[in-house]
Amino acid sequence: MSDITAGTTLHSSSAARSAPVNLVGPMAWARANLFANWWSTAITLALGYLFIRFAVSFVDWAFINAIWSVPVSPQGVANTEACREAKGVGACWAVITEKHRFILFGTYPYDEHWRPLLVCFLFVGLYIVSAMRRFWRWELALIWVAVLTAIGVLMWGGVFGLTYVPQERWGGLPITLILATFGLAFAFPLAILVALGRRSSLPAIKALCVLYVELIRGVPLISLLFMASVMFPLFLPEGMNIDKLLRAQIAIILFAGAYLAEVVRAGLQALPKGQYEAADALGLSYWKKTGLIILPQALRLVIPPLVNTFIGFFKDTSLVLIIGIFDLLTAGKTAIIEPSWQGFGVEVYIALGLIYFIFCYAMSKYSAGLETELNKGRRR
Amino acid sequence: MSGATDPRLLRKAPPRPLRLSWADERFRNIVWQVLVVGGVVGIIYWLWSNTTYNLEVRRIATGWDFLWREAGLPIGESLIEYDPSMSYFRALQVGVLNTLKVALIGIVLATILGTLLGIARLSKNWMLNKFAAAYVEIVRDLPLLLQLLFWYALLQGLPGPRQALNPIDGVFLSNRGLKLPFFVWESAHSWALLTAVAGVVATVLYRRWARAAQARDGQARAVWPAALAFIIGAPIAVWAAMGAPFTPDVPALRGFNFRGGIDVSPEFFALLLGLTLYTAGFIAEIVRAGIQAVNQGQWEAAEALGLPRGRVMSLIVLPQAMRVIIPPMTSQFLNITKNSSLAVAIGYQDIVSIANTTLNQTGQAIEGIAIIMLVYLTISLSISLFMNWYNKRIALVER
Repeated sequence: MSDITAGTTLHSSSAARSAPVNLVGPMAWARANLFANWWSTAITLALGYLFIRFAVSFVDWAFINAIWSVPVSPQGVANTEACREAKGVGACWAVITEKHRFILFGTYPYDEHWRPLLVCFLFVGLYIVSAMRRFWRWELALIWVAVLTAIGVLMWGGVFGLTYVPQERWGGLPITLILATFGLAFAFPLAILVALGRRSSLPAIKALCVLYVELIRGVPLISLLFMASVMFPLFLPEGMNIDKLLRAQIAIILFAGAYLAEVVRAGLQALPKGQYEAADALGLSYWKKTGLIILPQALRLVIPPLVNTFIGFFKDTSLVLIIGIFDLLTAGKTAIIEPSWQGFGVEVYIALGLIYFIFCYAMSKYSAGLETELNKGRRR
Repeated sequence: MSGATDPRLLRKAPPRPLRLSWADERFRNIVWQVLVVGGVVGIIYWLWSNTTYNLEVRRIATGWDFLWREAGLPIGESLIEYDPSMSYFRALQVGVLNTLKVALIGIVLATILGTLLGIARLSKNWMLNKFAAAYVEIVRDLPLLLQLLFWYALLQGLPGPRQALNPIDGVFLSNRGLKLPFFVWESAHSWALLTAVAGVVATVLYRRWARAAQARDGQARAVWPAALAFIIGAPIAVWAAMGAPFTPDVPALRGFNFRGGIDVSPEFFALLLGLTLYTAGFIAEIVRAGIQAVNQGQWEAAEALGLPRGRVMSLIVLPQAMRVIIPPMTSQFLNITKNSSLAVAIGYQDIVSIANTTLNQTGQAIEGIAIIMLVYLTISLSISLFMNWYNKRIALVER
């Protein structure tokens, strides 16, 4: 008897079972990732509401109600009445339309703007070439020297029929790229030397390197830039004078050198001790050991953090604004000093932000891609 | 038999006599060090002699006497009593306090926001996860100075006090800054605050006792009721015993500006906003990496022991994640402090701004920059000493 009852209950329960919940398709995805439980549902709805509200008002402000150009009088004074009326309702992109050449190239002679433009492209080309792993050979150093020389010739002129442009008239994006790139080119070798010095067994050299790194890392970049702008002239003998841009460049090199040195040192420490001992066992001299065995491996280990340091350092070049050097940010800030354009800072800063973002985002994506690629080889 | 007693291992190599020859490594090392140190000392001496000569030629005074002269520089906001007739030394003190104020508040806010964002990055909710990811990416890829200028421009673009935004009752946001309601501070409040500080100490002591007692009898004792009583209950009791004074001080429009309440200047507000939002992006990544660094097996093992999810987090995962989080977090705290020096760009009077004005007024550049560097070195050193102490406390004790 009991057998039969068991059988019937089993039968009836299987008949009442409902269809299984969908496990594939957009509905299932939404259920798993957006509406998993009441807490998740609440977050999704709240964020979605805020996002839509923000997006709608941003599109209204930045596109629908925006003003793209304003009439300019023959004297070159813009009539920004329309922009002032639309303030708070629509963006005034006319400030970018009017001032973009000034923001990008500063006070560089207007007819020669193709030169800084070409310089910017050369820099970008240099970055792309340096980012490709097939060019990671010593010949890359030659390419750097060649391109940086070409950039110097283009900016200064005075040869090949180019008119001479004094350094005081440079400005905008080329200055930002020059500060970042030259800073990097000089800070990197310095950082390697300091990192090696800090790991050295010679007490006096080690102490010097520790002192340098810790002193620089303990103070803000601004104080170094102030030092460069007001103290360097006192340091030099009479008659010897270096211009402001070069002084700021030296401060940036010293600053970046200390931070990069710490990254390189991490790579030196991460290298297994056996590599050092094997190189010693082969009877290699210190410099041969370092150049042939240690550095190639140690630097490869720290490429992702190095790129991240480069990003930070690219952003930090904007600090030269404080000592009045005409980089991209300073040019943007100066563009809105003119009375007719006063009060349109938000638009200018958004445009500048886009430029910085493109450079930094490209670098950060590159660094992330490189990290997975380099880890691929190490994972077994 | 064992290596430790092997006499060949105990004996050291006999010291070789130092030969004055390039073939001797120790001699080479000494020569190199003497050359490098000599070079550095030579350069420093050269710079120093140039500097003294230049100072003499340009008739720039040196020394620290200027510190006691009348500053004559107006300072907008100050934590201590100050007016322009006081000395430069007092002005610099105000600057240091302003730097510390924005750095400390920034550290607290950025840690809270960054931790929330870091946890949001690990959320299973797609929308929350992507929102946090986008935030972190955008904030980290824009220069801080640009962000500060942007916030400052945005605040200056707000309507004036008469048309101030009024999101919540008593809170006003205008181009003159942020006004918050407060209450009239009386001695009862000071006593209550003191009691709360004592309560924190009492809670720490109670927690230590509870831990020791648990080690003895295995009974877990909850700390939070005691914490609630000591830190919240006792101050309220003290405040009530002293007559429970409470006079609200709500900002109200009088003439062209607001009176009453707490006044947050637009400069301070923009700086704090920029620093907090920027650093929170970095802290979020640190927190995420720290939590992800804890092995999945730790979660599973803790769940197998039957611990509830909250206790797994607080007892198993967080203590291990902290070891990964603390060192990079230290450098973020140092970064906030150092980045607060960007205040000079938007006109908040921190130490850099005041020292810079001082050196422009007195012409004593070397002393001015030395002051800035000394202040930051001191702050940096104290933060890293404290964090190293904390890191050592929570570090893994290995055999």
